[in-house]
Amino acid sequence: MNIDALSASAVDGLMIGFIYGLAAMGLTLIFGVMRVINLAHGPVIAVGMFAVLLLGQNLGLNPYIALPIVLLLGLASGIAMYFIAVHRVINAPELTTLLATFSVNLMIVGIGTVLFTTSPRALSVDLGSVQAGAVTVLGTKAVAVLIAIVATAGLYYFLYRTRAGKSIRAVANNRSAAELMGIDSTWVLALSFGIGIALAMGSGSLLATMFSFTILSGTVYEVKSFIIVVLGGLGNPFGALLGGIVIGLLEGIATISPLPVGWVPVIEFGVFVLILLVRPTGLFGAR
Amino acid sequence: MSALRAPFFWVLLVVVGGVGLLPILTGSDGTREDVFLVLMLVILASSINIIMGYTGYVSFGHIVFFGLGGYVAFYLMLNHQVHFVAAALVGGIVSSLIAFLLGIPVLRLRGAYFALATIGINEVVRSFVTNFDPFGGATGMFFNYQVYDSYGGAKNALWFAYDAILIVALLCTITSLLIKKSKFGLGLLAIREDQDASQVLGIDPSRSKVVVYTISAFFPGLAGAIFFFKNGIIEPGPAFDLLRSIEALVMVMLGGYGTVAGPIVGAAVYEQLRAFLITNPTFSSLHLFVAGFLLLLIVLFVTNGLVGWLRQRTPQLRRYLE
Repeated sequence: MNIDALSASAVDGLMIGFIYGLAAMGLTLIFGVMRVINLAHGPVIAVGMFAVLLLGQNLGLNPYIALPIVLLLGLASGIAMYFIAVHRVINAPELTTLLATFSVNLMIVGIGTVLFTTSPRALSVDLGSVQAGAVTVLGTKAVAVLIAIVATAGLYYFLYRTRAGKSIRAVANNRSAAELMGIDSTWVLALSFGIGIALAMGSGSLLATMFSFTILSGTVYEVKSFIIVVLGGLGNPFGALLGGIVIGLLEGIATISPLPVGWVPVIEFGVFVLILLVRPTGLFGAR
Repeated sequence: MSALRAPFFWVLLVVVGGVGLLPILTGSDGTREDVFLVLMLVILASSINIIMGYTGYVSFGHIVFFGLGGYVAFYLMLNHQVHFVAAALVGGIVSSLIAFLLGIPVLRLRGAYFALATIGINEVVRSFVTNFDPFGGATGMFFNYQVYDSYGGAKNALWFAYDAILIVALLCTITSLLIKKSKFGLGLLAIREDQDASQVLGIDPSRSKVVVYTISAFFPGLAGAIFFFKNGIIEPGPAFDLLRSIEALVMVMLGGYGTVAGPIVGAAVYEQLRAFLITNPTFSSLHLFVAGFLLLLIVLFVTNGLVGWLRQRTPQLRRYLE
């Protein structure tokens, strides 16, 4: 294994890891606040991809200008989704919320297949590339990493420095106690769900600038998000970013290792089950 | 075996057996294919109900046992010329054995963590099989038609597979009833309601859970063996299809969680509905959306499912609809 190939694929994996982390952050935030595993996560990522495509096609918007609009759309549709599908069953056993979010998954995929068919789409974004030795960094990837970092910092600031963010953490910690302190938990839950969906859609938009996609593409990222979320600790958004980087690096390095690429998912899912068993709070989670 | 004297036992036997005999009496290939599919779904839904409905553990990736049973049996039939019945039994037993070994650590997890772990297990096994050359890797394995000769040709083999699935469906639903009516089953229901309290009352939750998980893996293993024998080809994608697992969960919810009749009703209704939506010109392209919408309505408003709702409404029916 030569060092050039190693550094090239490590950098590539590292960068994609940030986007994986951003996608997983939405999933883990929702779980952390309301103990709901959002099975519509994948289709929501795909909706983010198509949102940026449609905004570009119809309004001629550059993907990076469309991104804030996609985030706002995500926030609004997340809040709507919470009230339609989740609010009524928020205190029911896991199975109920799993199936409720899965029904949203089916509906999104159903409508998406009719509207967009399943033929692959792509955005044409070219930001050039920077070469440093053997490492080539595509502009789109670099910008996506930058946006992922800004989004994470923004989320951190929101959760720890603003009143609404503090309410979200309070509700995550103990919903009844938070209610006794005068927090309107319904709105806090809806807001968290909205932010989770916005993050997922945002990461979808960024992925769309790098890879071609169909309405079914979200599934791959949904399954990756599960692994990442468990690595970083269920309910821990910043652990998710680290988990994403770990998985991205692993995948990057695996492409040049002597191990056939097909075995990478075996290892990923093996680690996933093992961590659930041995350390369900995740590698970076608090005990 | 007081369960065998319950009126519902006879209802079960007459309804499942009656529908099952329909293709045999008419000799129609079309009916046979339809009923085969419904019976297979009944097996999948009922076995998920045994672990999920009675014990409260949501086994999201239960399809892994279907695939495993299918692969083991297929491998034995193809490479070692083992008879179909023996191969299917080995497939079921291997599924159970793996469930037993996995169950010991995995069933310690609760709630969402368990559900996620079962998804993970299914994906591990699927990606492993995709790379496992003795099982044909990503392209899978297929029979050439001579395999069917020892069963009297392909046409007879299809009927043979049908008889097998009918017997397994009956065994699976009767087992489900026996468990529900037994002291062991009562213990499971107690675990579902409150695991810690059940432990205080002298139930050993870890033992009960592992036992019931082992049982619930046996029937999908058999069903997988029969399905892929009939299919003549096995590939990792269809064998470990998470969507089929989730569909089976939907059937359980539709029919009624924790009841014996629920998964049977749910499987039949769901399959009819799916067939209707797919063939109907107005809905065919929107069938996923309609299915999702119906599921949401059930989850939000009819939490007990069809059978649960009937039982709640008409107490007289409860003896005949367990």
